[in-house]
Amino acid sequence: MLFRPNPASGVPIYLQLMEQVKHAIATGALRPGEQLPGIRKVAEELVINPNTVAKSYRELEHEGVIELRQGAGAFVSEKAPSKRAAEKFRAAQTDVAATIEKLRAGGVADEDIRRLFEAELGRR
Amino acid sequence: MVSDRLAIETVDLWKRYGDVEALRGVDLQVPAGSICGFLGRNGAGKTTTIKVLLGMARATRGEARLLGQPAGDAAANADIRRRVGFVSDEKDLYDYMTVREMIAFTRPFFPRWRADLEQTYRQKFELPLDREIKDLSRGTRTKVALLLALCRGADLLILDEPTAGLDPAMAEDVLQALVGHVAGEEMTVFFSSHQIAEVDQIADHVAIIDAGRTVLAGPLDDLRERYQRVQLVFAGDAPTVTLLSPGVVRVNRQGRVLTILTRDRDPLMAEVRSLAPVSIDWSPVTLKDIFLESVRTED
Repeated sequence: MLFRPNPASGVPIYLQLMEQVKHAIATGALRPGEQLPGIRKVAEELVINPNTVAKSYRELEHEGVIELRQGAGAFVSEKAPSKRAAEKFRAAQTDVAATIEKLRAGGVADEDIRRLFEAELGRR
Repeated sequence: MVSDRLAIETVDLWKRYGDVEALRGVDLQVPAGSICGFLGRNGAGKTTTIKVLLGMARATRGEARLLGQPAGDAAANADIRRRVGFVSDEKDLYDYMTVREMIAFTRPFFPRWRADLEQTYRQKFELPLDREIKDLSRGTRTKVALLLALCRGADLLILDEPTAGLDPAMAEDVLQALVGHVAGEEMTVFFSSHQIAEVDQIADHVAIIDAGRTVLAGPLDDLRERYQRVQLVFAGDAPTVTLLSPGVVRVNRQGRVLTILTRDRDPLMAEVRSLAPVSIDWSPVTLKDIFLESVRTED
């Protein structure tokens, strides 16, 4: 399964799922036109609430990331991030990885790195 | 007040046993189609509430409705019994029957019995059909009770501590059967638990009861989004302030740092900015934090 939400993190599970779907699209793990696993399959495999899965799919559709086709399931939107966007994302991922490696080498704990990133982004 | 969109509704439910007020105002609103976790410490009133819902105990005061019908009402009772599945804490089964006999015995009571699901769950749960109930492990016993409840074609399933005493793998099997069932059928699940992690995992609604009273209830995602902790760091000592925003639960001031727990993020956002700290750091609060905070204020 591509997704792995952490129920105990305090972040709503549907938001975590949305992030993970977007991440999978951005990295190319899911491509435009490809089908997402069905709600029941996700719910059973991750042992999470099917309504929560349905909610995240609805929100993703609302944002234009996926398309829900009646009776057929959920598909990555053809208008989802292009290959160029995926490349840009991967380049950014490499930069972030390098920065984190550098900080770790300098003895900064992962928990601190996470806080620094979040504080810098001015979460909310 | 009463809506058919609610599978369970109680209004100010009270129950007295002798000198003991077991329930002192339980308000529940469980929407149809949801999985609602009913959380509380041991002795908080979870089982008493369930007994009142099922008509096994009569409320001293207040109103309870199941699937739009008054709980414990004699006329509505037969209908409710057919439409509601119940798995008790004790997993009431006949010890002298084999698993096969137990299933065959239960089946004729329910006109809407789902033979297809019976097949599915017999295989999925790997039930030893010819073993007697009294020789089953606690986990297998739970699975038999769950099969009987799921196959009767119920619209509402009420479970009292379904995973109590099960090992983690068994507990996961039970939770998985529940989410899979809800995904495939139109059904509401109401389960009591003192395991916060499993409520966190499979519920979309939660009701927290403490000392016989509902202290918090609602959609879990709403609670997760509204309950937040914010940490403010100041250049000098943190100011001594009285926060006016509604929903502030707790303020902790230590040196340059002010930590605030709120049950309503939005109104607090402007107020914390007005204090002009050098950094503002919001973080999510776990259901465990919310639970402990809710039951602590009752002490």
